[in-house]
Amino acid sequence: MPNGEANAERGPWSLALRRFLRNRVAVAFLALFLLIVAFVLAAPLWADHVAGTGPNQEHTVDTVTVDGEERDVVTPEGKPIGPQWFNADGKFFLGADSRLGRDEMVRLMYGGRTSLLVGISAALIATILAVVLGLLSGYFRGWTDSVIARILDTIWSLPVFLIGLSLGIALAVGGLKIGPLELSSGSLWNPILIISIFTVPYIARPIRGEVLALSEKEFVEAAIAQGAGPLRVMFGEILPNLASTIIVFFTLMIANSMLFEAGLSFLGAGVQPPNSSWGTMITVGVDLLKIQPLLAIVPGLMIMLTVLSLNIIGDALRDALDPRGKARMDAALQFEAQTGTVSTEGGAALP
Amino acid sequence: MIRFIVRRLVGMVAVLFAVSVIVFVVFMVLPKQNPAQTLAGKNATPLLVKNIEAEWGFDDSLPEQYLTMMKKVFTGELVQYEPRIPVDDRIIEGIPATFSLTIGAAVIWLFFGLLLGYLSAIRAGGWLDRILTGVSIAGISIPVFLIAPVLLYFLTYKVEIFPNGQYVPFSEDPFEWANHLILPWFTLAILSIGFYSRVVRSNMLDVMNEDYVRTARAKGLSERQVMTRHVLRNSLIPVITLFGLDFGATIAGTAIITEAIYSLDGVGYYAAEAVKKFELPPIMGVALYGAFFVVLVNTLVDIVYAYLDPRVRLGESAS
Repeated sequence: MPNGEANAERGPWSLALRRFLRNRVAVAFLALFLLIVAFVLAAPLWADHVAGTGPNQEHTVDTVTVDGEERDVVTPEGKPIGPQWFNADGKFFLGADSRLGRDEMVRLMYGGRTSLLVGISAALIATILAVVLGLLSGYFRGWTDSVIARILDTIWSLPVFLIGLSLGIALAVGGLKIGPLELSSGSLWNPILIISIFTVPYIARPIRGEVLALSEKEFVEAAIAQGAGPLRVMFGEILPNLASTIIVFFTLMIANSMLFEAGLSFLGAGVQPPNSSWGTMITVGVDLLKIQPLLAIVPGLMIMLTVLSLNIIGDALRDALDPRGKARMDAALQFEAQTGTVSTEGGAALP
Repeated sequence: MIRFIVRRLVGMVAVLFAVSVIVFVVFMVLPKQNPAQTLAGKNATPLLVKNIEAEWGFDDSLPEQYLTMMKKVFTGELVQYEPRIPVDDRIIEGIPATFSLTIGAAVIWLFFGLLLGYLSAIRAGGWLDRILTGVSIAGISIPVFLIAPVLLYFLTYKVEIFPNGQYVPFSEDPFEWANHLILPWFTLAILSIGFYSRVVRSNMLDVMNEDYVRTARAKGLSERQVMTRHVLRNSLIPVITLFGLDFGATIAGTAIITEAIYSLDGVGYYAAEAVKKFELPPIMGVALYGAFFVVLVNTLVDIVYAYLDPRVRLGESAS
């Protein structure tokens, strides 16, 4: 590095930012992701000022003016109007969704809000749970570690999608009641909780491995020698060193959770009406695939673009935050293997 | 080796027990609604609900309820109400379609995954490698609920090359069987082809640096022999583990979605239809049997892996 002196003045975060910005592909996909976020945030604007209708408003018998000509939103045979682009002043930009005649574009924007909300919330909850479990497990070792590791291993070896599907449908029919926690059958919290619980091991296992390795470092020993209690050591000393891992996994988990949500919602065990998400929109669209293919393909494309950009951003963050991260992660996994919990990386476990 | 197998089998039984408890809790304990009402379906008569309540013993303690459920599952008494059909029968009927779909897709993804990975690895860094890398990454990123509608629309509705889903039994007409399954096979395989070609490529590149590869070259084997006999063969061991896990995960995951889109009358389609109608007994059956199958496959894979790679079982017994 020729500018070593300049680097010395910069903190690790600003160096990481510079490394990230040098990755052109990642920056392009970050822009795409922000564009998608802006798109879904603009939903009320588009709904009120352009389309003039809400995501659940039905137009079964209404007409729309296309190039000065009145046309049915839904024909008497039940065929919804196709994409109008800007011919109808932005109304029914992508056509109507079904024989209910709801505006597909408005639904796409509001559905994206649900998809992103569920994905981000589930990833956030899973990450917080995973960090706490990973810290407890890796710091205390002994029986705490055995219990937590067994639970994580069991969840890991379950067919999570199938169990998630069962839980999703059971909650969609009956709602949830555990002690004081009560959720209605249509609550968005149902898919969020299901996804977060079943994805915890994906983050908790690598974090546990890292905590195991970190807790042998001198700075931890020094903190203990200074009289720091377990909480101080775990959250004050070890946690800051996990920041880059947490950020990377959080990004990747949003993508993973969104796929999980889309799979559940597509089958009808995720987001329940009146809410809709990109996943439920595909279900509606597939029935009309022959006459209006875009109704199924556009929401699918939105999911793919969002997930793809998050995955690329996540990988680039890993490279930027921790150029030696891969080596360290391998070391953590090796540590895990030596301690008897052999991990086998699951591949295409989610849809 | 025997110690390893015993340990694995004990672990398997523990996981199976955990699965059955989880399914029990999911259906009987968590929902705030009366579970009999949930099992009976949305439009059930009060009489049916009362009968189910008695049949499942919902007045008993939770452990007793759990035993009742397990007894029903293992004796084939799990039924869907309205119309009253044993869940087992429908699941058994669905098995040929589900296995035709998943095994066929697995053959395709293994074949293309290995082929593309092999070609990438022997030309690492070259233009072919770069193109194949791009293709794999694109393949990994396409979810089934996008690829299926796209294939179905363009190859079935727009240009009528392939029939629209449905399952034709192999015994009825082998040609139609394959013809109806081609699109679903590729739908399911594309994601894994991308993933496997990446895995094979990186494994091969790792193995190429091993000492025994240098030895093989030094003793005068041709490049082709070195690549196929030493490099490819040794880089396949991790792929076998991965394959076992993915095969289970596919049956219990993406296959359900694929069957639903293509109306393939398999176990996944049965589950998907039950979800649509809010019928719980079929889902309970599919979840339990499916989970048992997946856990069984994973255990077998672990044992095969340990057999192929002694380091695994030695590492286990040493700790």
